[in-house]
Amino acid sequence: MSWVSSQSRRRSSPAWAAVRRAAARVAGRDSALRQADWLLLCTVLALTLLGTLMIWSATQPMLLQQGANPHGFLMKQLLNIALGLILMLVVGSLDPRQLRLFAPIVYGLSCLGLLAVLTPLGSIVNGARSWISIGAGFQVEPSEFAKLSVIVISAMLLSGLRPGEKRPGSKAVGLTLGMAAVPILLVAAEPDLGVMIVLVLLVVGLIALSGVRLRWLAGMVAVSALAITAVAKLHLLKAYQLSRLTSFINPSADPRGTGYSAAQAKIAIGSGGLHGTGLFHSPMIAGSFVPEQHTDFIFAVVGNELGFTGSLIVIGLLALLLVCALRISARAEDQFGMLVAAGIAIWFAVQAFVNIGMTVGIMPVTGLPLPFVSYGGSAMFADMIAVGLLQSVRRPRNVFAS
Amino acid sequence: MIPASRPRLIVLYVVVAALLLGLGTRVWYLQVRTGTAYLAQANAERVRQVIQPPVRGPIVDDTGAPMVDSHSALVVSVSMPTLWKQSDGGAAVLSRLGRLLHIRHRRIQREVRLCTAGVSQPCWPGSPYQPIPVAENVPPRIGLQVLENQRLYQGVTAAVQPVTRYHQPISTDLAQTLGYLQPITASELKREGLPVTGFSSVDLVGQAGLELQYDRELRGTPGATRLAVNAAGQVTGTVSAVKPQPGDYLVTSINSAIQQDTEVALAGAVQRGQFAGNPVGKGGAAVVMTTTGRVLALASYPTYNPSVWTGGISTAEFGHLFSTHGGEPILNRATQGQYAPGSTWKVTSVAAAVAAGFPLNGTYQCPAAVNVGGRSYVNDGSPSLGAMSFYTALVVSCDTVFYNLAFQIYLRDHPRANDVRSPRAPVQEMQKMELAWGFGRATGVDLPAENPGSVPTRSWLYYLWKDNAHQGQNWCKYGKANGSYVQQIEWDDCRSGNIWTAGQAVIASIGQGYVSVTPLQLARAYAALANGGTLYSPRIGEALISPAGQVVGRITPPVAGHLPVAKSTLAYIRHALAGVVTSGTAAGTFGGFPLGKVCVAGKTGTAQVSGNQSTSVFASFAPCDHPKYVVVMMIPNSGFGAQVSGPAVRQIWDGIYGLEGHKAALPGGVLPGLPHLDRAGQLVPPAGFGPAAARPGQAGAASRRRRHP
Repeated sequence: MSWVSSQSRRRSSPAWAAVRRAAARVAGRDSALRQADWLLLCTVLALTLLGTLMIWSATQPMLLQQGANPHGFLMKQLLNIALGLILMLVVGSLDPRQLRLFAPIVYGLSCLGLLAVLTPLGSIVNGARSWISIGAGFQVEPSEFAKLSVIVISAMLLSGLRPGEKRPGSKAVGLTLGMAAVPILLVAAEPDLGVMIVLVLLVVGLIALSGVRLRWLAGMVAVSALAITAVAKLHLLKAYQLSRLTSFINPSADPRGTGYSAAQAKIAIGSGGLHGTGLFHSPMIAGSFVPEQHTDFIFAVVGNELGFTGSLIVIGLLALLLVCALRISARAEDQFGMLVAAGIAIWFAVQAFVNIGMTVGIMPVTGLPLPFVSYGGSAMFADMIAVGLLQSVRRPRNVFAS
Repeated sequence: MIPASRPRLIVLYVVVAALLLGLGTRVWYLQVRTGTAYLAQANAERVRQVIQPPVRGPIVDDTGAPMVDSHSALVVSVSMPTLWKQSDGGAAVLSRLGRLLHIRHRRIQREVRLCTAGVSQPCWPGSPYQPIPVAENVPPRIGLQVLENQRLYQGVTAAVQPVTRYHQPISTDLAQTLGYLQPITASELKREGLPVTGFSSVDLVGQAGLELQYDRELRGTPGATRLAVNAAGQVTGTVSAVKPQPGDYLVTSINSAIQQDTEVALAGAVQRGQFAGNPVGKGGAAVVMTTTGRVLALASYPTYNPSVWTGGISTAEFGHLFSTHGGEPILNRATQGQYAPGSTWKVTSVAAAVAAGFPLNGTYQCPAAVNVGGRSYVNDGSPSLGAMSFYTALVVSCDTVFYNLAFQIYLRDHPRANDVRSPRAPVQEMQKMELAWGFGRATGVDLPAENPGSVPTRSWLYYLWKDNAHQGQNWCKYGKANGSYVQQIEWDDCRSGNIWTAGQAVIASIGQGYVSVTPLQLARAYAALANGGTLYSPRIGEALISPAGQVVGRITPPVAGHLPVAKSTLAYIRHALAGVVTSGTAAGTFGGFPLGKVCVAGKTGTAQVSGNQSTSVFASFAPCDHPKYVVVMMIPNSGFGAQVSGPAVRQIWDGIYGLEGHKAALPGGVLPGLPHLDRAGQLVPPAGFGPAAARPGQAGAASRRRRHP
């Protein structure tokens, strides 16, 4: 017998009933925490812990050099994680059916956010107008939430089968493509190539997983091929994006310019060797030789300070995270839950691959953070909400509750 | 889940697994397979090495008194890359700096130019990325002004660095022997495998003289501090630090007092020659120990003050040092000047004649002239003196005695080999003796760029002809059978320049013609004569003492050979040379000299050189019975040996032994032992020498008080 139920028996005023219901949702027998996927939770916590240590190590010497509080980034990231965990708990305690109801709201809000970014409210970081300043030194990156919104709106549209339908029809696919096109185009306008790639792969993956006919898939592949050709022929890519791509193909062409980050990251990781220099013991990291080493290039810090061992641990934890997500997807009770979980898996997989890939020199440099590891509030919140969604999908529907 | 989704979910599983596996493999490749290569790159990137200059070891005289050393001084340097970035190329900063340092900014601009093709000295031979020193010994006030107004003096720095110091006045004029330092060039840096320091003085490298010869020992080891830097180049910590090791002390056998006397005497002799109306402008002198082969003094005229090298040499000064018009003061005439030895050469001719079978105690005719090969060779300035011994021939310096002997030896000495055009033609008997006395080859003294002099052997003549018949002097092109005197000689030389003729043999026997020697060569040959036949390779360096006071190397003059002459013959010649001073050609020169106190023996030489005034030579040793020192002086274009060099050599002897009102440089003719380092790092002169011994009055007492308070 739980603490909550014993309390509830003693007092039964309406106000207390509300509190009791909320508490029961969080900690009760059928609560989110009780029924949580603990492996998933532990994996996420391990990744965030490791990431926080890396951020601490990557920023402390730089902040000391600047005369600032050496734990500034550490504290901020700890706050981000705390807020993220609350968001995860809240979202995780939602009923999956409620998720479907929230989907259009989430979608609408993130589209508004992406629009706001393009107005003078947005600020430019690294060539892309992708941030909104919300005062007090805090910034929000709506494109992080756009990933979530594309997942939930696509899952909603693709899972809503009419009676008699065995698979989503052309209408559902068309609607999904149309709805996803809005955030994709808005992100392209920033322009944020990395997020665009994630969103496109998410939509394509979700449509494929939703069980549509194979000819739809073939059609989508053909259209993507055409689009890529068009981008290349019509010079739709910004100069910095092109240079990122070309410097990826030939990094030695411009070692001081765009290839610099990639080259430095490769040196940092390579020089880590088998066991690394040890946490807080890397002169290369202390000297901030890798640009953006606490955000996009955090894996360089892992590789340098913890060596091959640390790199394998991070990749292993990410693999565990993806396995959890895919398992939740496979065991989901309905099509919506399956698609949400699978979408999250695709998101994390693509982002982890592109991020680590660029630090080890097999992918072009794009501004995608490493989930749960990189520094950043918006990304942490979005990632944590995604974990909440996974937990929510996983929870068996208690038809008799409330 | 609808049935169609399940296989696609499995595909997703596989894709995700493949992506992660790909990442893992790539990370393994980077970190495990190729990790070490990246480690090297990372280290190169985040560690900056700063080299601290070592203090260059001093060069000291035989009592430990420094002739060159280094001291710390504030040096103002200019970083050219920073200046180049300024809109006017740094002109404003340099003119401001010129006003501050009271140097004309045009001079600074010249000094900071890079030495490339078409840029003459002064210019900067080092790396353009190295700060270029423009002023040394700057007062701290000016250094601070530079450092505190970096906005005005962007690219200018002031730092304490070792600066070379030459000690006045004792050894200023040892300039050519000491040599000089110049910033090391990129190729020298590579050859020596040295680190680039970024400071001026470490990058200085000996370019001539002892500074070059003992550069490695004097240089010391630079210290290296490895600093950790961040991506912005800011220093974040020290990785490792190795202190610089100062260079060794080079103790030389140069006796400052004798050196000074020698220089003064040489300069005085040149002046005497000039007063006599001769176009004399150069000369060299050497003082060598007979028993050890150590060099006590080397003088060269004209000379210069080596301080011109410190703080950057000006164009005018540099030009003067190397100009023919100024007499090329950069050359060390004691080891590089090659002059006809004249009659001083006759000691080898006596030895050669005895070796050829002519009796030492025989009598030889000294006619007024000797006819050889259809030409008459006269006894210079003298009528027929009749029959005489070798003793008299040396004392009165009869030429015709040696003409006759040389001609007789010539006639039976492989006559058929005389016109063989081959480098392997046999060496003539007399020349063989001359080579054995160390002539015609470098003495091997511890100075770079020594000249070998010349002994006209058949192969030497062959090479002379080969190098000049159709190239070099191009005799065959300029020679005319019926042209001027010179053209006629060229005409002859073109056809028969390689042929060893009787005439050449005759004049070579009295140290003329093709014979030339350096003062040091003559000195070491006389030392061998004096010591009973041991030919040394002379040494100026005596020992190397580490900054900790340990003797890390003793430099002993190696034995280069032994004269193939019987001891009795050498004794006979020595006896004759004593006679030269008492009753011979040098009797006038040494008139009134206290020979009872110190018996000096010597030989005059007055070599006639075509187209020039005579070369005045005097070679001497003392004491006569157990010789310790040799003093040699050679002054071309000046006149008689007895009149120009002779009196100067007498002056040097006065200085060595403290005669005729001079202060003794070596009291009792005793050489000092090695100086040693005391605890304070000061070289203490050997007992009985140094300032305390020289001036037993107040100075010595004061220095003693300072040492033992």
